[in-house]
Amino acid sequence: MSSDYDFSDEEADDVFDDEDMGMEDDDSDGDDGMDMDDFKVVPKTSRKAYELEYDSLSQPAIEKLMEQDVEHIRGIFGVDASTASLLLRHMLWNKERLIEKYMDNANKMLVAAGVSAPEAEPPRPSRRPSRKPKSPSKDADAPFVCSICFDDAPDLVPRALDCAHAACTGCWAAYITSKIRDEAEHACRCMAEGCALVAPDVFVREAVDEETYQRFQELLVRHFVSCTSHLKFCPYPSCTNTVSCPAAASKSSLTSVVPIVSCGARGLASTSSQSMTQSQELVRQATGKEHKFCFGCIIDSDHRPVVCGVALLWLKKCRDDSETANWIKSNTKECSKCMSTIEKNGGCNHMTCKKCKHEFCWVCMGPWSEHGTAWYSCNRYDEKGGVDARDSQSKSRASLERYLHYYNRWANHEQSAKLALDLFAKTEKKMEEMQVTSALTWIEVQFMKKAVEEVDKCRMTLKWTYAMAYYLAKGNQKDLFEDNQRDLERAVEDLSELLESPIEPENIPTLRQKVTDKTVYVQKRNQIVLEDTADGFLEGRWAWNVTVDGFDAPEE
Amino acid sequence: MASIASRRLAKELSEIKSEGCPVGINLVKADDFATWWFTIEVMGESLYQSEVHTLQFRFDPQYPISSPAVQFVVTDGRQSPVHPHVYSNGHICASILGNEWSPVLSVIAVCVTLQSMLASCKKKERPVDNDRYVRNAPDNPKKTQFEYHDDTV
Repeated sequence: MSSDYDFSDEEADDVFDDEDMGMEDDDSDGDDGMDMDDFKVVPKTSRKAYELEYDSLSQPAIEKLMEQDVEHIRGIFGVDASTASLLLRHMLWNKERLIEKYMDNANKMLVAAGVSAPEAEPPRPSRRPSRKPKSPSKDADAPFVCSICFDDAPDLVPRALDCAHAACTGCWAAYITSKIRDEAEHACRCMAEGCALVAPDVFVREAVDEETYQRFQELLVRHFVSCTSHLKFCPYPSCTNTVSCPAAASKSSLTSVVPIVSCGARGLASTSSQSMTQSQELVRQATGKEHKFCFGCIIDSDHRPVVCGVALLWLKKCRDDSETANWIKSNTKECSKCMSTIEKNGGCNHMTCKKCKHEFCWVCMGPWSEHGTAWYSCNRYDEKGGVDARDSQSKSRASLERYLHYYNRWANHEQSAKLALDLFAKTEKKMEEMQVTSALTWIEVQFMKKAVEEVDKCRMTLKWTYAMAYYLAKGNQKDLFEDNQRDLERAVEDLSELLESPIEPENIPTLRQKVTDKTVYVQKRNQIVLEDTADGFLEGRWAWNVTVDGFDAPEE
Repeated sequence: MASIASRRLAKELSEIKSEGCPVGINLVKADDFATWWFTIEVMGESLYQSEVHTLQFRFDPQYPISSPAVQFVVTDGRQSPVHPHVYSNGHICASILGNEWSPVLSVIAVCVTLQSMLASCKKKERPVDNDRYVRNAPDNPKKTQFEYHDDTV
């Protein structure tokens, strides 16, 4: 995307009106492809350090993968596909272990997977022999009575798994349907008590209707994906895509990469039923969020540049602390002797700490003994005792301050990101305005939209850089990181301001020039931050001031 | 569906009437195919000697694919037995009524199982979480997700 942008930008202002439209068209077509629903994950040839190789797979593609595994096992063991599938499911799709165990003791494996019944089962003393399910094959002359519904209609068709616990077709259908639909269970055991046989796929297919069988397939796919470490389901509502990302399959890899992936789909299946105006519809398409999520953790948005472990640590801290910390900061002070946090909710300034009985002045924080006769008002703000007390107080407050410093910036960017939708709408309006007040075409005012998108993206990065900076250990590396962060932030704020500036018809060409320049600059700064951080993770350059899973312990 | 349930229950009922119930179990009422009552008594040496308890079965139209809702009756002076798997509101924590239910089991099979559950009990006590459970328990015990922690009693 960046190269496209540079290109059109250079051309844009030299040849303003009679610009090569063909080229612009190509350009915007390419972009549209990215924005609209048929967005494809194109394996990029020049991958950035902060981008990972991944693949988006649809449900049929996953089914194909499963089929390949089944086919493989079928070929090796010489069993039918249903059996192979049952074996694989039993071993959680771990082919190697399955082959090993099967070669070791095939029979045991088959019994454990519910393919065949254990041989020579010791006959269990039955409590009510008369209620034991009758096996229909044994006494052929007796008419079949389904042991579930007790129907004995002559046209009743008995069916059974290999264990010969027969029931009528209707009962099987009802049973398997309820297993699949109500319990989301793909392993349907024989209905007989204590029988461990599992209905093979062929049996299920014959027993249930098309819709239920589809659900069955879906359950199998879910099972397969959850068992395979390099696959993950897209967490967005009603999205059925799966992402394959072998680079982030192991837990240990998460200390060196931030596996942000996208399943390829965009937006939510219409959230509001009310009809949209054309411009609103455009906004939706533009803002229809790409299904971006982290492959490595549960955060379903882009948390680059910071790694999963630190990001989760930060989110937890924010959840636990932020409100409380804010309140403590604005409503309390600490006893200058024992550092207990004290809330003053009335009374005079002569405080006596409940814990250590230290007497001090609430205003100057100095010891009360120095106050002499100034009982009710403190005019000793600069006395040594008070200054010392405030010093020590400020030290203990520093860590709280520090957290709030990072938290407020984090929250600010988060808030701004939420306002992005408004900004989009506003920008749409501006773009329309521009078309009216100047000779620019719709395509030529796209630079505004581009800029807004870029700002949004960068705010995301900035947001997480604050989480990262909070946990980074002091040192040159952190200084460099914060320099990069500052450069990006300054650039983003400049661009935001430009976007908010009023439009005068005579200014439009300059504005366009400025916005485009800034957008490219911001983009570069964002790339620098992401790339440098990603490289740092690969090189193991970052050190933390807390213990983070998978990293070295912080130096004292 | 309803026809399967009623046909099956009709068949079970006729077998009960023709063959009778096992020792210690008696049919109290089975006027419809929604709710049946049985009395249950532990025969021989046991902690529950000479106690008679009433069991209630409730069937939904999916019976026997789905399990019946079984509990002890605790109204009208009837009481639930004091047992580590029976709550004071009559609810029973038994895997056979939950995830180990099988359509080939019958009402009588459930009664016999519960009878033997009582018979093998070694100490009369309520489940540890009785108070907490009873306070929040749903009306239908099938709505509770029991954890079957103990197979010994």
